[in-house]
Amino acid sequence: MSTPILELHQIEKSFGGTRVLDGICLSAAQGEFITLLGPSGCGKTTTLRIIAGLEDPDAGQVLLEGQDVTAAPPEKRNVNTVFQNYALFPHMTVAANVGYSLKLKKRPREEIAAAVANALALVQLDGYEKRYPSELSGGQRQRVAIARALVGRPKVLLLDEPLGALDLQLRRQMQLELKALQKQLGITFIYITHDQEEALNMSDRIAVMRAGRFEQIGTPAEIYDHPRTSYVARFVGEANVLQGTVAGRDGDVLVLDCAGGCARVQAPKDAPAQGAPVTLAVRSERVEFDRTSDCGLPATVREKRFAGGMLRIELALADGTALVASRHGIDLPIQPGEAVRVWWQPEDAVLVDRDAPGVKEAQA
Amino acid sequence: MSKPKPRQKSSLWLTALPLYIFTLLFVLGPLVYMVVLSFQQRAEVWGVLNEYTLDNYLNILQPVYLNTFLQSFKLALASTGCIILIGYPFGYFMAKLPGKWKGRMMLVLMVPFWTNSLIRLYGWIIIFRANGPLDALAMGLGLTDEPLKLLYTYPAVLVGMVYVLLEFMILAVYSSAEKMDWGLVEAARDLGASPLRAFWTVTFKLTLPGLLSGVILTFIPSMGLFFIADILGGNKIVLVGSLIQDQLMRAHNWPFAAALSVILMAMTSLMIALYKRITHTSELEGIL
Repeated sequence: MSTPILELHQIEKSFGGTRVLDGICLSAAQGEFITLLGPSGCGKTTTLRIIAGLEDPDAGQVLLEGQDVTAAPPEKRNVNTVFQNYALFPHMTVAANVGYSLKLKKRPREEIAAAVANALALVQLDGYEKRYPSELSGGQRQRVAIARALVGRPKVLLLDEPLGALDLQLRRQMQLELKALQKQLGITFIYITHDQEEALNMSDRIAVMRAGRFEQIGTPAEIYDHPRTSYVARFVGEANVLQGTVAGRDGDVLVLDCAGGCARVQAPKDAPAQGAPVTLAVRSERVEFDRTSDCGLPATVREKRFAGGMLRIELALADGTALVASRHGIDLPIQPGEAVRVWWQPEDAVLVDRDAPGVKEAQA
Repeated sequence: MSKPKPRQKSSLWLTALPLYIFTLLFVLGPLVYMVVLSFQQRAEVWGVLNEYTLDNYLNILQPVYLNTFLQSFKLALASTGCIILIGYPFGYFMAKLPGKWKGRMMLVLMVPFWTNSLIRLYGWIIIFRANGPLDALAMGLGLTDEPLKLLYTYPAVLVGMVYVLLEFMILAVYSSAEKMDWGLVEAARDLGASPLRAFWTVTFKLTLPGLLSGVILTFIPSMGLFFIADILGGNKIVLVGSLIQDQLMRAHNWPFAAALSVILMAMTSLMIALYKRITHTSELEGIL
């Protein structure tokens, strides 16, 4: 196995007594697209700044291609950043902005001009060389920032919510373009967002962050279908989280006592014993309705509404727990106030919160 | 964009009318009068004759007056140089202070400003005079055996100029640096610039309008602030400002004083035009 391009070992950081990062570990392979996903204030940006060298960690190590760069200043790291507010130099033209890093390296003028034109073509801004940042739209500035960060072909590109300021349509388009660009160049991207849809769309792997720790690191499918904690389940794709106890086992399936009914879930390898309390997560779109199912949870329909092409049904279970069911584009013959039974396929549910929070990444 | 309606236009013009009248009466009027005056002939004893001539301007070309301009220019250059060296770092670091300290620093800067600068200059007389505090300090430290006799010398005038004008530079640089997005420096470092390179290519370039406006705010007055040269320089150092005052108040040669003023104003306008060319803005930084 080749050396990872980027490794973080047990990074810790506090600001004025507040612990912002609490043992961050990550390793990124060549050409990998990794997203740090989490709410604001969870330490995403600080992690990025530590990788860039703009912030020093209190403890831990940053390795680039196996070299310890923890003490190296930002200019000595072959890592570039696309800043959240783009940070374009207002007194320089687009060409001067993009060519800035090459000019520092004292490359010949013709070479710089060619590289700048090339980088601008990559982000589809050909012919904008002579403009100033103030003459560009938000989306164009964003592209310039990307071109400026990519022109020197860094080992790792750090992107701090680069699409945050763009409108939804442009965001979607830029997501596709960025992903295509990353594949084309084969550069490792570390991408920050608080938008789970963006993370699921673009990433090879997602690191879900919470209060200075990685809650779970995995492929979008792993994160979505097999969240390890209730936090991940709720943050990515809005899952229902229920408490219950193990009532028995039926082959590969665990039967749970849950909210005044019966729920089933695929048994994990180290299945909990009978009577053990467990937490269950199930995606809203996997919740089924059936009045006569033998194993299910009695529930009352609270509300039914369409929102953005999704049918959303809010229910209350027998013990008062709220549950959400959803469908794409179809209506269900269920009315508010109606008593129903909800159930799901055992493989559509997953047990979460089975170990202590905070995951130490093992694989490279 | 839609064109404003005629009615709006006329009401706007009406609102601005007092401004036009004020400008006409108190700015443009005296200015035109001064220019006209500068081409008129001096009367024998008092006032001017209604005859027009270029003599006043030709008069300036006499070595004694050219020398005054040169001396003024040199002093202004020296004092502006000192002011840049002290004021730029001062304003720069002040902008980097945390918010609470910025306010306190500003207060410390403003308090002397509320005192008449003439009175503050008399303070310097006490410091500079023979066997005064400065001499005592220098002799006490063994730097010199004799009094320095700094009062009524060129260095004393220079110190006075720097002292009175430093504040303008600090505020101009500060207001420029305060507006700067320090994230740009981080971006420069991220792209491979050393701290010094990042300062030179980003911070310095972005605070240049402040620095240049500080230069204008200090260079021009230091050619004209005659009372500093009078108080701290005695009669030894004659500046353009002193010359104008002298011609106006003592020699009663109004046309010549006007011609000198026109030249001084032309120099000022030239500097401001240069400033506009370099910074692409017509607003001077640091003037509220």
